[in-house]
Amino acid sequence: MNGATWRLIAVEGKLSLRDKVAPVWGVACPLVVLVILGSIPALREPITADLTIFDVYVPVLILFNIAILAMTALPTTLAGYRENGVLRRMRTTPVGPVRVLTAQLAANFAIALVAMVFFLLVAGLGFGVDPPRHPLGFAVAWLLATAALLSMGLLVTALVSSRAAATAIGTLLFFPMMFFAGLWVPIAQMPPLLQDISAYTPLGAGMGAFQDAYLGGFPSWPPLVILVAYAVVCAAVAVRWFRWE
Amino acid sequence: MPSVIEVTNLHKRYGDKIAVDDVSFTVEQGEIFGILGPNGAGKTTTVECVEGLRTPDGGTVSVLGLDPLRDHTELTRRLGVQLQAGMLPESLRVGEALELYSSFYPRPADWRALLDDLGLPAKARYAALSGGQKQRLSIALALIGNPDIAVLDELTTGLDPQARRDTWALIEGVRARGVTIVLVTHFMEEAERLCDRVALIDAGRVVLIDTPAGLADRAQIEQRLRFRPSRDLDLALLADLPGVTGVTRRGEQIVVTGDDTVVNSVMAVLARNQITAERLRVEQAGLEEAFVQLTRKDVQ
Repeated sequence: MNGATWRLIAVEGKLSLRDKVAPVWGVACPLVVLVILGSIPALREPITADLTIFDVYVPVLILFNIAILAMTALPTTLAGYRENGVLRRMRTTPVGPVRVLTAQLAANFAIALVAMVFFLLVAGLGFGVDPPRHPLGFAVAWLLATAALLSMGLLVTALVSSRAAATAIGTLLFFPMMFFAGLWVPIAQMPPLLQDISAYTPLGAGMGAFQDAYLGGFPSWPPLVILVAYAVVCAAVAVRWFRWE
Repeated sequence: MPSVIEVTNLHKRYGDKIAVDDVSFTVEQGEIFGILGPNGAGKTTTVECVEGLRTPDGGTVSVLGLDPLRDHTELTRRLGVQLQAGMLPESLRVGEALELYSSFYPRPADWRALLDDLGLPAKARYAALSGGQKQRLSIALALIGNPDIAVLDELTTGLDPQARRDTWALIEGVRARGVTIVLVTHFMEEAERLCDRVALIDAGRVVLIDTPAGLADRAQIEQRLRFRPSRDLDLALLADLPGVTGVTRRGEQIVVTGDDTVVNSVMAVLARNQITAERLRVEQAGLEEAFVQLTRKDVQ
């Protein structure tokens, strides 16, 4: 890490915020949903001994934030850089294009981290939602979910040919992934088959790990292993077959 | 002057298509070296091999004693590149871009001074810049690392004549700082104005390397003299002159072609016959015509 790398990360972060996708869809949108859902009394009634529907939606919206950044903002930006010759120009400098990818990942990671802390604060201070009872377990689950999602976003970038295709495929993947995270129907209320499928999707596994941490335990191994597998496999394929031009 | 770029028998194919067949040249320290040729002649591929952006299929390239592929990182510190289609993120501001890029190099130029020199607006976003401003910014990025060599590709394509002249003045200023410049262009006027030497490339081969004036000489283009005689005259008087290759009448005008002695000999004949040449025009062969001639000869 030297001056150039930090400056790149700072610039990429600034550009992400300027480009609107991350702040509007990634942060403001789930935040508004959080506030609306928190204001509906029916959702604040306990559905189990100690959880309300609203409690379940807090981690869903945290995943919503990560998914927008990783599946929409990241691929669109990076595929755009490739299309517009930004990566090519970087090849003519001592820094090289790999560090632009790294800086984009780091910038999105930082935005996701800030958003996650912010969401927890709003849910906690605004609506009295208890923080995860196992903070370390929650942190590990969040880190692995973020790594898995950013890896998938990088894979989409690596394989598609254009910015338009990156946006389309990223968005197309976003909706089923959010479905299996329980955005529309909480996972607990899905039919058994869908629950089983959900457990193997990145966001379903992320939700599984989050819920363990919310209920007070360190997440069980299956969701963590699934998240690690997504992160490693997608990153490896993306690095191996990345289209630079 | 020592040479800073040596290209020997460069060959590059894309699939079945030969982009560069056999190109050799050397560029000496401190000169402006032009690579001139029609579209698709292999100019850009040639400089991309020099920049280490493409792997040659044959031949050798040495830049500042470095191998552009093996020593790529070291080369990027000393070779500034202005790409034909090299863009920046749309919402990046000009000042941010220059500051960012200056952090990439061990001994960067002062980006604020460069910004002022090039008359660029620091706060403007890249997407809001005019064609000329984008071009100047890409020149600034090529110079930001204080390079020994700058490669400028299609420098003034798409610029209006005023912006083109401003850019030329800028390039002369860069050369005055001691930077060697490789200029890829298909504008003859640009090569004539800026270059010390020019390599003319056509269909992936070097047709010749010479000074712009030498290039025009080598093409051995005829001079063309047009005038309206004050009274009618017998064309045979002119056709028999030494050095004259053709005499034709076009309306009231007479057109005489021939070598560089024809102006004097035609004027002498007219004077002897008490004829004055009205609306006299002499057309000199420029690089433009030399270029057309030489690339045509090469094909034949």
